[in-house]
This record gives sequence, structure tokens and C-alpha cells, in this order.
Amino acid sequence: MARQIFEGLKVADFSWAAAGPQVSRELAEHGATVIVIENHRHLSPLRTFAPFKDAKPGIDRSAFYAEYNTNKRCISLDITKPRGKELAGRLVKWADVVGESMSPGTMAGLGLDYESCRRLNPGVVYLSTSQQGAYGPHHKFKGVGHHVNAVSGYSATTGWPDSDPTMVFSAYSDFIAPWYSLIAILGALLRRRRTGLGMYLEQSQMECGVTFVAPHLLDCAVNGRNLGRRGNRDSFMSPHGIYPSLGSDRWVAIAVQDEEQWRSLCRAMGHPDWTREPRFATVRDRKENEDELDRLVGEWTRGHDAGELMALLQEAGVPAGAVRTCEDLLHDPQLKHRRHFRVLDHRVIGPHSYHAPAYQLSETPCELKRAAPCLGQDNQYVYKEVLGLSDDDIADMLAEGVITTEYDAPFKSTW
Amino acid sequence: MAESDTLLDGCRVLDLTDEKGLFCAKVLGDFGADVIKVEPPGGDPSRNTGPFYEDVPHPERSLFWFATNTSKRGITLNIAVSEGRDLFRRLVKTADIVVESFPPGHLDSLGLGYAGLREVMPGIILTSITPFGQTGPYAGYRATDLVAAAMGGMARILGDLGRPPVRMSADPQSYLHAGLQGALGSMMAYYHRDMTGVGQHVDVSMQEAVELTLMNAVEIFEILGANLVGLGQFFVSVRPQAGPLFTRTVVPCKDGYVTLMFGGGAFAGSSQSSRALVDWANSEGYALEMKDFDFATMWDNATLTQVESDARNSCIAKFLMTKNKAELYEEAVKRGILLAPCATFEDVLGNIQLEARGFWQTVEHPELGQALRYPGAPVKIKETPWRIGRRAPLIGEHNREVYAGELGLSGEEMARLKSNGVI
Repeated sequence: MARQIFEGLKVADFSWAAAGPQVSRELAEHGATVIVIENHRHLSPLRTFAPFKDAKPGIDRSAFYAEYNTNKRCISLDITKPRGKELAGRLVKWADVVGESMSPGTMAGLGLDYESCRRLNPGVVYLSTSQQGAYGPHHKFKGVGHHVNAVSGYSATTGWPDSDPTMVFSAYSDFIAPWYSLIAILGALLRRRRTGLGMYLEQSQMECGVTFVAPHLLDCAVNGRNLGRRGNRDSFMSPHGIYPSLGSDRWVAIAVQDEEQWRSLCRAMGHPDWTREPRFATVRDRKENEDELDRLVGEWTRGHDAGELMALLQEAGVPAGAVRTCEDLLHDPQLKHRRHFRVLDHRVIGPHSYHAPAYQLSETPCELKRAAPCLGQDNQYVYKEVLGLSDDDIADMLAEGVITTEYDAPFKSTW
Repeated sequence: MAESDTLLDGCRVLDLTDEKGLFCAKVLGDFGADVIKVEPPGGDPSRNTGPFYEDVPHPERSLFWFATNTSKRGITLNIAVSEGRDLFRRLVKTADIVVESFPPGHLDSLGLGYAGLREVMPGIILTSITPFGQTGPYAGYRATDLVAAAMGGMARILGDLGRPPVRMSADPQSYLHAGLQGALGSMMAYYHRDMTGVGQHVDVSMQEAVELTLMNAVEIFEILGANLVGLGQFFVSVRPQAGPLFTRTVVPCKDGYVTLMFGGGAFAGSSQSSRALVDWANSEGYALEMKDFDFATMWDNATLTQVESDARNSCIAKFLMTKNKAELYEEAVKRGILLAPCATFEDVLGNIQLEARGFWQTVEHPELGQALRYPGAPVKIKETPWRIGRRAPLIGEHNREVYAGELGLSGEEMARLKSNGVI
């Protein structure tokens, strides 16, 4: 059996929420040993967010937290206490990669910033990722990904022209930043293999989000076009929309890229008379009469099943797709074929689905082996096997609250 | 500088992609890989993708092309003819990674699939970026950004309740996600090869790249049995017993909109933010009914009724209407409030945080007589700074440099290849 890419690579992860943990998740699913350092007194936000098993909030019940922590080990350690800090330092010495995503300044306050860690471990590759970066006038901004969506321009440019901006679901930049982080970490590790030197990687998640709107920022700067909300309209394709289909809340997306595809669509629709009208003859004509065009295409689609429309149009060479709900995704034949979702048995949540990466490696496939850990689930293993502590040491640390065991307030769900 | 001044120094990438995959090698190139974009003679069709510089459609004026081809050199080569394929194989011998986005099987039919390339260059990495992956029932399907947003699950979540699903207007998000996943998969394989000498075929699915952005939506369905649909301006808490709770998170202010997560409970950041906002509102005579509210212990989303929630949010909404978005944002940063303006792209270009961090990269475009500002580093690295090595290539700009300079072709040979339509 092939070795996994990162077998032997050691990661100490102080990060929380979504952007940081996805980085170490990707490493763990390709063979790295990842130890997550958490604290009952300062919970990772994701442990406080839905969905909770049986809709009952609890620190080990959130499938949101679980999603980004596959294959990892988790300890509970209060790194604000001297003994906790000392043990955190020993994990830094142990590690090849250290990650953190606290508010800027937090790690320096704990004596665990890059400069401190480098003194312990000169070869360490250290990632700091935060909402708006470690410095600058807004570096202390407190927000979650939704706020970054808004300040990066995504909210104002998603939705309908006659409606308000959209709360772009998902902390969108949290699903851009981690992949850049990983590319940089891999580059840093390759360089370290040659030079022996570690590296500090500093990231603003907002800046990562802004890289995904580059063409529109150029358009704004050069042509003065400040993009607004345009529903599903496209500047260059027509018809281009999401149309109703048979059933309740069922839809099909159709994107006609050129005249050949327009002729194919007309053929698939059975050449209704309106398709021969001059007002729909060229893409320019269709753009000018798009409301009417969308209505007419929609009249045709609403009598058909979305899956059948997709198959029919794809057969005709027209890009089309049945709109997927989350439920649909779990049954999507293509995602099934690629084993995109894999079921793992979580100690508290039970068996549920975890997604694999969007790329498949032919020689060293990812392995989702272990569901996310409960808080402190790997204390015994890490404190004894990795750090070599005795049972007495561990008992003392438990008594002093250095190893945390309880969330000491009533647990109310946040969102 | 000692060993290298870029992170991916020494890594060579050949880029055969169209608009769906261009971003992949751009990401690698900006981190320092030596990328050669291989276009069909006459230029890549994706150069016809708008928007265009000064709104004039022209293959050398596509802003989309500019944005997705920085740090690449460009050559023209027709790999549909056998002489072109021979030249391509010679280039493959110098490369670490080949990136492509043809329909599955196309490169195999030319003898340039993974098996074919491996024969030429053992250890080569081939990264294939397609709408649905190399195999499976939809492998032959086509997709655009819209179709991928629909089939990856994002479109049904976005958009207002009771209206059709929508994609994000700032297109093409799906292509960029697929490209970034391609860059990551390529780097995974490159790292592995550095250790073992073994190459790989990296198979990227755009549909899956979109699915990865859905955060906890699939988990909400699986655990709680509810599909998130048409959320519009609202955040919804799914509660099987108490029923769904809708919180308006895009809130009007005096001159636009801000996004706000007003709440409490176990996430300290949220409770502290709400307390800070209420204190501020109180100081100006608003939201007095929440003066003594303890957000950590008294706010429980599991039991909160819609009426209570609306009442709490509306007393804050009244306060927000007295301020403009810049004022709210500056104060939010100072007071630690989870609030941000719904910025337009014009606002983004003027964002003081981006300016202060030196985010923007200015790149000269001598042909246009202008320098353009591009988004900058996704990761800041002192020793090997991210940089835009060069503006996107013109059609065939580096033919001479690559064919004559590297492959040693003579002027006569190049002229012959050109007249035969090979380059």
C-alpha cells in the first residue's frame, strides 16, 4: 500500500473556527499527525454552532466542528497557565508546522508567536491566518467570515437587482484562504528540505477573498463599472439563467455560450415559433430581449423534469445542470462515483458524512480514517506517548486545571 | 538572496487550460513557478472572455485574461498536429507539472494523456481540471460557472426566498475555485515527488470545488433534515422543535447596508460584540431595553422565539439607521463589534486596510500605456515574497525565447513551423 504524502509530518494546531482547521485537516487526510490544542474555557466557535446531534447543543455535538477536524488528535490544555504554556512549547518543538488563527496579538501575548516559536524550533513553518491580517488599521477587526464577505464586495454583488444585498451563505473567504495557506506551507516545507530554514506565513483572509474578484476590480478601475447585483445574467451569454422545472422548488441552470449552442437549444425545445423571431436571432438580440427570452425558455422548462432536461441538453451539447439542494448532493450520482462524501463514525454524533477534497491523487489518495475528536479525546495519547508525561504529572495538571475538562457555564447555542 | 527568491523557484509548469483552469497556473506562477502558457496558434479562445480594457473586445484586452494569466510566459503551439505534439513532448521533458482542462480523454486521444506523458517524462505530474472529474456518469458533461454553481449546491442557497436560485454576480467563481484546487493538488503531488520521484495524475472536479464552499449546509441537512434554501438577507437557525429562526443579517443603515451577527450564547465573540453594540446604542439613547441583558447566559438560540428575536434586532436596527456604513465600520473595529459594511467594488478599491498592508500590486502594461493594479499576495512571506512576475503574455510573446532559446530551433525551422500552422 502506498505511503501517504505527509506520513511523518507533525503539526501543532492552535487554530480555530474554519479557515485554520481546514489547513490541518487537509494535511491530516494525507497522512500528517495533527494535534489540535483546545481549551474548555475558550471554546472554538465551531463547537458552539449548529448543527448539533439531535438538535441538542453540546461541545462535542456539532457536526460543523466535526467537518473540519477529521483524522486529528485533540487535547484540552489551558495555554494561559504557565505549565500549559510550557507544554505548548514542547509541542512547538515537536512540530514541523504550527498553525494559528487567533485574533492578531493573541499568540504573542501567550509567548507563542513566530519569534518565540522559532527560538524553540528554528525550522518551524508557522502559519498565522486572520480576518484582515496581523497589522494595519483594521487588524483588530472582530468578525467572522460573513463580515469578510461583506467587506470584500461579495454581499453587494450577489442577488437580484431589485432587492437588497445578499448574506452570502458560508463564510466564503474561509473556503478560499486555506488552499492558499496550504500551497505556501508546501512551498515552505520544500524549501526547508533544502535550506533547513523555517518560515513565517502571514495571511489576511479578506485579501484572499479579494483575489477572487480580480477581473471585476480591474473592470471597476479601468472602465468605471461598479458591478451590482444581476441575478443570473451574464455579460456575454444568453440565454443564461436558472429556470423552473417540474416539481416543487425544482430548477435547471442553462448557459448558452455561442450560436451553435443556441441552435442546439432550439432543436431540443422542438423549434417553437418564437425561436425564429428576429429579436432572438443573435446573442446581442437575445440580450436586448432577455426578460422575454427567459420567460419563454421558462415556459418550456417548467413542463419537464430537471434531471431529464439536464440529460437532454447535455446530449445536445448545451451546458445545463439540475440545481442541487444539499439533500440532492448527498445522492448525486457523480459525487457518489467519486466518493466525495465518506461516512465516519463520530463518538457522540454517530455515523455521518464528511467531504473529501475536490482533487483526487492517483498515487496517494486521501484517507478519511477517523471522525473528528471530542474535546480532549486524545489527552492520554498525547500527554503520555508524545510528551512522555507520567500518570502523576497528568493527575497534577488535571487538579490544577491545566488540562481542562469542563465548560463551566450553561451551554447556550450561539447561532 | 541566498538560495532562491521565490517560493516555487525551480518548478516548471506547462499550462494547456482554457478559462476553466487558467487560475491554477497563475497561482503557481505568482508564487514563483516558471509557467509557460501554451495557446493554439492565433491565441486562446478564453482571450475572448470579458470584461475588456476600455470595453473594446480584443484578444489582447481581456481583463479576465489579464487577471488569470499573470506570471506566465506565453507560446503558441498546435498540439492537434503531430509536429506540434513532438514539440510539446520536448517541452514536457523540461517540466514538472502539466495542467489541462480538456474534456476527459481528449489528451489521451492525442497520445498526451497521463500514460503518454509519463513515458516522455517519468515523474511528470498531470493536473486535469474539468467540470465533474475524469470518470463517472457526468464526466462528459459540460459546465459553465452558472452550471457548476447550480450543481455544486451554492445557487439554491443564495437568492431571496421564493425566487429562483442565483449564482454570485462576480463571475466566474466556480472556475477560480477549480483552479485553486488544481494548484493545491498540483503542489501536493509536487511535494510527494520531491520525496519519492513519483508523479501523479491530479483529477479536479469543479462541482466538488463549489461544494467545499457550502460550509455547514450539507451537515445541517444530514443532522437536522433541513435544506437551506433562498436565504437572501437572512441567517436561519434550523431548530427541529422550536422551528426555524430567521435573523436578518444584512441590515440597512443611513447610506447603504451593513452585515451584522447580533446574538449571544456560548461563543464569547458574539456575546461580547452584542454587549459592545448595545453599550454604544445606549450611550445615544437607543436599545435601552437591552441595557442589562446578559448575552452569554440569556441569549439561547435553541429556544428564542421569532417575535423575541425580531424585537431585539429591531431596536438595534433603529440605531443603525442613524449612522452611515463607514462610521459603523470604524466604530465596530474599535469596539470589537461583529459588523462590516456591504462594500461595493469601488469601496474595495479604496479600502484603507488593503492600502495600508500594501496589498495592491502595480503591473506595467506597456502596450496599453498604463499600469494596472492587481490584487496582491494571498500569503505574505518575507524570505520569498509572493509577486506578480510579469503581466499576462501577449499571443506568442515568448515563442522565440522558448523555441529558439530553450529548444534550440533555428530561425528557418521556426519560420517553417509558423507557415505550417504549428506555432
